[in-house]
Amino acid sequence: MKPPIFDYIAATSVDAAVAALAGAGGEAKILAGGQSLVPMLNFRLLRPALLIDIDRIPGLTYIEEIADRIRVGALTRHYQLETSAIIARHLPVLSCAMTHVAHLAIRNRGTIGGSLSHADPAAELPMLALLLDAEFHIAGPGGKRVVAARDFFLDALTADLDPAEILTEIALPKLPPRTGWGFEEVARRHGDFAIAATAVTLTVADGAIEQARIALTGVGPTALRATEAEAMLTGCPLDGALVERAIEAVRSAIRPDTDLHASSDYRRHLAGVLAGRALSAAWRRVTETPA
Amino acid sequence: MSKTRDITVTVNGTIHHAAVEPRLLLADFLRHTLGLTGTHVGCEHGVCGACTVLVDGDSARSCLMLAIQSDGHSVETVESLGRLGQMSVLQKSFHEHHALQCGFCTPGMLMTATDLLRKYPLATDDDIRRGLSGNLCRCTGYDHIVKAIRAVVGKSGAAR
Repeated sequence: MKPPIFDYIAATSVDAAVAALAGAGGEAKILAGGQSLVPMLNFRLLRPALLIDIDRIPGLTYIEEIADRIRVGALTRHYQLETSAIIARHLPVLSCAMTHVAHLAIRNRGTIGGSLSHADPAAELPMLALLLDAEFHIAGPGGKRVVAARDFFLDALTADLDPAEILTEIALPKLPPRTGWGFEEVARRHGDFAIAATAVTLTVADGAIEQARIALTGVGPTALRATEAEAMLTGCPLDGALVERAIEAVRSAIRPDTDLHASSDYRRHLAGVLAGRALSAAWRRVTETPA
Repeated sequence: MSKTRDITVTVNGTIHHAAVEPRLLLADFLRHTLGLTGTHVGCEHGVCGACTVLVDGDSARSCLMLAIQSDGHSVETVESLGRLGQMSVLQKSFHEHHALQCGFCTPGMLMTATDLLRKYPLATDDDIRRGLSGNLCRCTGYDHIVKAIRAVVGKSGAAR
């Protein structure tokens, strides 16, 4: 189908876009890459009175290394994250995850700010933001605020953003030294939304796990961290028995929905299998690399 | 109809000025306003890949872009690749490998492959298949398309 009628403005600054959003009283939508928004317009699932195009705002496309963190501007494309040397060096799990996002034509245009604000429950980027403890920088009529990833995703397609707020940047702490990572996803077809996916990091000191992070997507209304499994792994070396216990903890932490693509039971089983593989891969990466 | 806006877009090297409704999709602008019907429209929600074009050299779904977003940018369609008797390296390879039957998906396959060849080493057939996973073909079973692309990996002129 074709999009419904709407008015359109191209904002030239974040302040102008925020002012236009505030002035539209909830009837406006932000257009960035448009890779989630335009399909919804074509299906007429959305009928905004106004589209505010932020794609022409200068200075929102960057990947910068500043001290112990990486700052990524909201208009950065998925393809730029996928191929960034800075991301490959400091957050290789993110480079890997980006190759699973849709298809090249979508990654060329889709923005990280758009994907995170859209908060799709089976998308890769919200899971990676949770895994990496990202900070979300948000601009609104009352000024700027910062939200932790764990507080940002409220429900399916619902993020902690007021109608007049715009996500402008995410800041990602670099992986600590001696950290291994794993990423596993099963989708019906490469590039489709995940039936289930997981990303993990293991930081190792003196032969034992110092910090474990396990994030999952596709298995609930939002991406989530498997905190009980993380706690169980901390302080131990990874062996087969521990992986099995972590898999059980992951499975009891989730209550996936049944849909056209997979049953709840299958998703829960799959999430455990993928978490086990990702943990083993992370452990191998860190323990087989010379300190 | 809502208020139209003036846009200037370079399409296949030619500068076009047009007044468009904000809701006009780039695919429909190319086909209906400019008469460039090589770009095919299948699903209109970014799933089938038939409408893939290049925007500033990068592949994009023209059904997931508004024409107004292309204002000031450069768009290349399948018509830019070649013409009868002067087919591009990639088009010739599609011809030689029987990589099309009905031809509906072909413009999208060609434009997607053009971008894939430029950006990825495509060392294995699996890499090519993953790269094409967003383009649906209901005739060929994909094998001949993969072969046609495999045959031009690394060839000069294949990625333009």
